[in-house]
Amino acid sequence: MTWVNAVVQGVLLGGLFALFATGLSLAFGIMRFVNLAHGDLAVLAAFLAVSTTAALDVNPFVALLVIVPGFAFGGYVLQRHVFARTMGPDPLPSILVTFGLGVVIQNALLEHYSADSQGLDAGSIETGSVRLTDEIAVGWFPLLTLGVAVAVLVALQLVFSRTRAGRAFRATADDPAVARLMGIDDRRVHARIMAIAFATVAVAGVFLGIRQTFGPADGPAALLFGFEAVVIGGLGSLWGTLVGGMVLGVAQTVGNQVDVQYDVLSGTLYGHLIFLAVLALRPQGLLGRRERA
Amino acid sequence: MSRAAGTTEAAADQDGPAATGTAHRISRRTPESTGGLVGFGLVTLALATLPWWDAEGALQTTLVTILLYLALAQMWNLLAGFAGLISIGQQMFVGVGVYSLLTIAEDWGVDPYLTVLLAGLVAAALSVPVALFAFRLSGGYFAIGTWVIAEVVRLLVSESDSLAGGDVRSLTRASLGGYSRDARDDITYWLALALAVGATAIVVLALRSRLGLALRAVRDSEQGARGLGVDVTRTRLVVWVVAAFWTGAIGAVVLLSSPSARADSAFSVLRWTALVIFVAVIGGVGSTTGPIIGVLVFWAIDEQLADAETWRFIVLGTVAAVMAILAPRGIYGLVHRWRPVQFFPVRRRLVGRGVGER
Amino acid sequence: MSALLEIVGVDAGYGDFQALFGIDLGVAEHETVAVIGANGAGKTTLLRMLAGLVEATAGSVRFAGEDLLAVPHHRRVDLGIALVPEGRHLFPSLTVEENLLVGAHARRPGAWDVDRVVDVFPLVGPLLRRPADVLSGGEQQAVAIGRALMANPSLLLLDEVSLGLAPVTVKGLYAALPAIIGEGTTVLIVEQDIGQALSVADRVVCLLEGRISLEGTPADLDRAQITAAYFGAGAA
Repeated sequence: MTWVNAVVQGVLLGGLFALFATGLSLAFGIMRFVNLAHGDLAVLAAFLAVSTTAALDVNPFVALLVIVPGFAFGGYVLQRHVFARTMGPDPLPSILVTFGLGVVIQNALLEHYSADSQGLDAGSIETGSVRLTDEIAVGWFPLLTLGVAVAVLVALQLVFSRTRAGRAFRATADDPAVARLMGIDDRRVHARIMAIAFATVAVAGVFLGIRQTFGPADGPAALLFGFEAVVIGGLGSLWGTLVGGMVLGVAQTVGNQVDVQYDVLSGTLYGHLIFLAVLALRPQGLLGRRERA
Repeated sequence: MSRAAGTTEAAADQDGPAATGTAHRISRRTPESTGGLVGFGLVTLALATLPWWDAEGALQTTLVTILLYLALAQMWNLLAGFAGLISIGQQMFVGVGVYSLLTIAEDWGVDPYLTVLLAGLVAAALSVPVALFAFRLSGGYFAIGTWVIAEVVRLLVSESDSLAGGDVRSLTRASLGGYSRDARDDITYWLALALAVGATAIVVLALRSRLGLALRAVRDSEQGARGLGVDVTRTRLVVWVVAAFWTGAIGAVVLLSSPSARADSAFSVLRWTALVIFVAVIGGVGSTTGPIIGVLVFWAIDEQLADAETWRFIVLGTVAAVMAILAPRGIYGLVHRWRPVQFFPVRRRLVGRGVGER
Repeated sequence: MSALLEIVGVDAGYGDFQALFGIDLGVAEHETVAVIGANGAGKTTLLRMLAGLVEATAGSVRFAGEDLLAVPHHRRVDLGIALVPEGRHLFPSLTVEENLLVGAHARRPGAWDVDRVVDVFPLVGPLLRRPADVLSGGEQQAVAIGRALMANPSLLLLDEVSLGLAPVTVKGLYAALPAIIGEGTTVLIVEQDIGQALSVADRVVCLLEGRISLEGTPADLDRAQITAAYFGAGAA
């Protein structure tokens, strides 16, 4: 396998990491909220897809039609009734609640599904590929993942810049008290943002489940990679998550040429090391601006 | 626990009668705190003599775990409750303690009990470069950042040939040779007790010192503390290194008390950080008594659940998350609200003629 | 003229600090009222209480016949109350045009839109695409007033428009007031610049240490009265 191929595969893998990162980035950018259960929620979505595909005998992509709206609803309700009560100048309550939620999800999955690895079968798209050169073949599924990630980011970009709701989101991020003067209910804005964050992490989880086998304990790794993509790309920068995801993906595939296609969450140090390097050398991230004082 | 009290106390100078010769003086002592200290001393004494009256050693084995968790919870409490450093990476120091013991005692042949101290030093040494990275982040991102670094350390240990973190390793008879089995059990128990009592003492003493005033100032308002001339980063770094030292030493005793270890178990975030956080939160973050209450609750719940480890996490995780919302100061906070008592003499109060109780 | 706003016996403050004591004030429809007073007299608190940023601890406020204190603050703009906060507080990451559009978030019907704001404040026109955080103080104030007008308010609350601005800039901003009043808007102005306040207001209310110390039309009041009410000197 050549270096070029490793880079190409890494860029494609970046799409998956960007999907993990989008929700984290949104919640942090708009409401300074860090959801430590983010990765466990992704894995929960993947397990729910296993159950849904088995129960309804459908393709995992069809299961998304049930799981994504369900997650969005769950995110809205959780934010409105639970997370909102933890928000404030002290970060401890929100960290405790989301960390506790993550641990509970992880162990509930372990109790219900056992520690066995699971997989989602999406059919022929999983194995099909286009051959670009003799050395480089691009899988349809990684291509689709990257396409979905870009589509999600474009859609969010359009919503944020062109719509009334998007302006309200950004105004709330700037100054929730003044936004209230304009008639914007910041609690509802926060709930909507969390709904979007949950919806994107559900997509990320199901795509992870199609790409590789997964188990109940994979949540924290997903959280860490998503977080790293956010920091590498630049806190609060939407497109930064894609750049960060790609940097992370390339670090993984180039650094670990042997098992490119397989377990993207396990064992590889290289993504973590790139993250630490960025943190040391450019703490505002690649696309980030320095925080205004 | 009132936040305003912290700042008023910062204005108070030192113990003892005020220089102006009025009837007022600053004191940290309350009747409950005197009773609390006496009680704490008696319990410590009773626990220290346990090996002589718990002949079968059943209680002793359980208590090692409980005491180690108390020590870990006090250290996490010192970090998060007092210094605002919400770490989810403490498992890295436990794991480093475990592998320091394996390397220094097992591979190099140094006395295992002396090595407990060395394990703490190794962890403290590691904590400084870790801070260099992690302190660039704050709040929730600091939490995840420490977690990432703990993962990096775990992976490095797992993949290291010399540490053999991927294999199950244990202290062999050879390295423990000089001690009988009973003596080993007793020494491990006393070490755990010393670490728990010591951790509690560190928190109490830290809060009584100038560092404690600085910590409270930082916790109440980082900006304000900077304005008062508190070097926030240095204050945090001191606490961070002390907690790493103690957590590393705890890690070494963890290995002494269990038959074997692997990198995955030695660096387990669930076991060495999640459970610890739950204990601290349920008892009460930001108080010295909280973790003691928390570890007793942990013990009681654990007895009920026997060996069902997943249920232990589900139950404790749920209780901790609910308490974080409904009772952010834990059980201690609930008791304190009902009746303000203070078992450790850590806050300064003005006492004397005509001074109302606050 | 019917009363649009009726404040009766209102106390308000921040935590343990009480800033307003038993305020009684009525404002008629289409009236322009200026509230003057020294620093800390409670002027800003009065406006913030009406906008819902500060809670009233006693008394009642009726606005267009409704019990205003029962309305959560993000719904008060729906009733037609818009505040231009002290210090402008534009949304820095939004463009000027987006700031104006956010002002229209409540979607109250009326004459105000981006074009009308540019008519009234011509200096805003060339700035529409600029980020709000690069504007001068006067430009920010014009945008902040425009943003409040976008809500088509029946009651516009202006807090310290002149603060930190050059006199010529302040004059330019106040020149827009007739056009605003012309749309049928009732205006409540808080202003430290007494001369400016007297020149635009139908009625003047002076606050002293959280209480109303003087009330009247500019024509009825002389300088000595105002000075006494303002500083409390000689107020027996």
